[in-house]
Amino acid sequence: MKKFSIVGKHVPRNDARAKATGTAVYTDDIKLPGMLHGRILRSPLAHARIVSIDTSKAAALPGVKCVITGQDIPKVKYGNWRLFPDTQDEYALAVDKVRFIGDEVAAVAAVDLDIAEEALSLIDVEYVELPGVFDVDASIKEGAPVLHDYCPTNISVNRKIHYGDVEKAFAESDYVREDIFTVHAVSHAYLEPCSSIAQCDLDGRITLWTSTQVPYIIQCLLASTLEMRENDVRIIKPFVGGGFGGKMELRTWEFCSAFMAKKTGKPVKFTLSREEEFLAGRRRHPMKLYSKVGFKKDGTITGKDFRVHLDGGAYNAMGPTATFLCGNFGAMLYRYPSYSFQGEHIYTNKPPASAMRGFGAPQAIFATETQMSIAAEELGMDPIELRIKNAQVSGDKIPGVATISTCGFIEALEKVAQMSDWKEKRANPKEGRGIGIGCYSFISGGAFNWFNTQYPYSAAEVRVFDDGTAHLLTMAADIGQGCDTAVKQILAESLGLKMEDIRITSADTAMTPQADLGAWGSRLTLFNGNAVLNAAEKIKAKLFGAVSARFNLNVIHEFECKDGKVYPKGRPDRGLTFGEAVGLVQKANRGEPLIAHGYYTPRDKGLVTPAFSFGAQVAEVEVDKKTGIVDVKKFWTAHDCGTVINPRAAEGQLEGSIQMGLGYALSEQFIMDGGKTLNTNFLDYKMPNAMDMPPSEVVHIETYEPEGPMGAKEAGEGLAIPTAPAIAEAVFSATGYRCRDLPITPEKILNAIEPRERPKSAVK
Amino acid sequence: MKHVITLNVNGDPYTVAVNPSQTLNEVLRENLNLTGVKFGCGEGDCGACTVMVDGRAVSSCLSLAVEMEGKQILTAEGLAPTGETLHPIQEAFIEKGAIQCGFCTCGMEMAALNLLTKNPSPTENEIREGIAGNLCRCTGYTKIVEAIGAAGEKMRESSERKTS
Repeated sequence: MKKFSIVGKHVPRNDARAKATGTAVYTDDIKLPGMLHGRILRSPLAHARIVSIDTSKAAALPGVKCVITGQDIPKVKYGNWRLFPDTQDEYALAVDKVRFIGDEVAAVAAVDLDIAEEALSLIDVEYVELPGVFDVDASIKEGAPVLHDYCPTNISVNRKIHYGDVEKAFAESDYVREDIFTVHAVSHAYLEPCSSIAQCDLDGRITLWTSTQVPYIIQCLLASTLEMRENDVRIIKPFVGGGFGGKMELRTWEFCSAFMAKKTGKPVKFTLSREEEFLAGRRRHPMKLYSKVGFKKDGTITGKDFRVHLDGGAYNAMGPTATFLCGNFGAMLYRYPSYSFQGEHIYTNKPPASAMRGFGAPQAIFATETQMSIAAEELGMDPIELRIKNAQVSGDKIPGVATISTCGFIEALEKVAQMSDWKEKRANPKEGRGIGIGCYSFISGGAFNWFNTQYPYSAAEVRVFDDGTAHLLTMAADIGQGCDTAVKQILAESLGLKMEDIRITSADTAMTPQADLGAWGSRLTLFNGNAVLNAAEKIKAKLFGAVSARFNLNVIHEFECKDGKVYPKGRPDRGLTFGEAVGLVQKANRGEPLIAHGYYTPRDKGLVTPAFSFGAQVAEVEVDKKTGIVDVKKFWTAHDCGTVINPRAAEGQLEGSIQMGLGYALSEQFIMDGGKTLNTNFLDYKMPNAMDMPPSEVVHIETYEPEGPMGAKEAGEGLAIPTAPAIAEAVFSATGYRCRDLPITPEKILNAIEPRERPKSAVK
Repeated sequence: MKHVITLNVNGDPYTVAVNPSQTLNEVLRENLNLTGVKFGCGEGDCGACTVMVDGRAVSSCLSLAVEMEGKQILTAEGLAPTGETLHPIQEAFIEKGAIQCGFCTCGMEMAALNLLTKNPSPTENEIREGIAGNLCRCTGYTKIVEAIGAAGEKMRESSERKTS
């Protein structure tokens, strides 16, 4: 393993002081002179035709400056799959039809929020209600109500993957397992509600501050919906209070604040309420997953048939990517000599589902992992032993996808078994207790380009100065995960500088180099880190040349940048300080500043990702058979994320992902009545608090990923995957209740436990 | 009908005209520009808006500004004695990696101060109980709990130094 000075060290976050002292500015904290406040009118109906909208009373209310509906805006649809314009199915404000409760119908901008709110109540909308569909089975029945005219089947995306001969594999199997799983919708529940504020300058150009994960995507889609040129739209990402996939598309309030700022000549701000976030916000896809897997007697997998219906809600949002990735996740972790996948993304009259931490994997891998545990039981094998037998290893090829260059999966499995005392606890279970395993594999960024960018996937500009400092400019979006700190560490390591020598400017589309596809799919450390290294190499080449000339050195010398110096390898005495070396290059170029650009686009890496992470997690639970309440006693995790750039940040990702996974497994769910979300606050939507969190132990399995910057790959998103299947298997071993439909609720457990096994008081 | 009131915030007096329906959160954020005080839910569920009023942690989104006349209000902006030094709670949050997106941070620090003022050496469980009203979606609370423990230690040391 390579020795690093800054990479892999406990370096405090770049922004920690600003956040600890309350000086970090988030979008809703911004106030501009003359600013107006915007509010959105939402549909109270799940499916209806708009007959008419009368905004005259609202517009006449003193203090109201602007009221708009779908009739007032350019009729340009948007969506992140620009390469396939058919999939772009959304207008910023409803035109003719509403498709879910909360669909955006009109927007008001007024001098204060109370007036804006009152104006909403003065807008008269006449609807003709239409029959709605609220689950995938109803939606694909013949004669079902159609949501979008362009899509009479309600199936907006159909993705297939086939390799090997699945039918032959099943025929030759000793044991074939077939199951249907269902998983539910959960909320990103980022603490910062969505917010945006736009200002129009005298030349008509737009600046939008917005709480987003994807500044460049917002720039492009906002420009197209406003019918402006991309360069006339500037997106600035202030501090963002979490995203988890929920802030990666152009959204109505972003469009409306920009459009209304143009119309009124005043800055316009929109901030969503928590109720709006829960009622109409994006969510993780509910899915129905059919999975059939064949095994030989010794446990070797022969093939898999995987068919998934994604409940996409009323619009595509990030559903097409989730559909695509779900198929790939179904074939990850284990070796499948043959594989068949069909994924269908289906419209229903519910709030759109979209990307959420794991992007199709928590659902697909819940099915994979639960089925592996069922198969192990039926084959009479230990669940970890069956997994090790089939585990992917370094060098494995997934047909049509990629070669896995580094894989620490088997080590992770062995490690968690040892840490959790697996064998002993499985062999001699205590009454009411159970132990279970769940695993994951995840991508380190997407190699696909459905957004159809004409720029590199990641870019960096590095400016160096003769005072020994550097300035890093990047469009990468730090949304709390800490990528600003990680890329600074990578640059500091590469140039031999200290963290405090580097200034960073990030996520401002007018100031930072084109382009960056954003913070999603666990892409930033690998993609942006590589772009930073590419720029640093160009700077170093110049510095090395200058130092070589200055000391009249033989051309065979290699150089390095370390501890603020630039010198021939092994001869720190024959060198210059970093600042002196920069000054020399600058002098040689008669004052021209030393600036370099770096880029990264994964090429020849298949259609999915350039690198994969792996991991395994064991959960131990105690189930109260009287109440059905599951108490998770402890988690043990071993994960392979390549070189760890920032250990505290990587641990923080893991700890946070356990909170999200625990909620997904046990307590979080949207309660729906048809198309209406009933639990729209944090009391009724139960995400784990500090008292709900069990203790946890973690081990990093270090590999060195050749495609990653200094060996790094994905950390933190994949970790949201294994928790639910691990808890489900532990609950099974404690109670005999096998969960095939998340979440695991006390009611389901009590219904499954044989009445005679239940204590008397529970049997009425 | 607006009421003119004087608030004592972070040791300084501020005279503001407020509507009877205006919350303390709104006045701190909109009138006084103390935006370290966050607005996460408006219903007292998330804790991001927590401030200290007369030494007690309260949800500023549930407190009416007109009731705050004459009370001592402390926000995260007033936690550090000067711009250069930090409060031990802030230091510990930074050192332990207890901050990710940061939206819950200032409210968490206030909950921590509330706890450590009443219970200078809390157990891990007491810390967890002390911040149970403050939600975080990034950290899983582990490093926040560690940071509060470490801050308690620092605060005890410095108060022992003062008394000895």
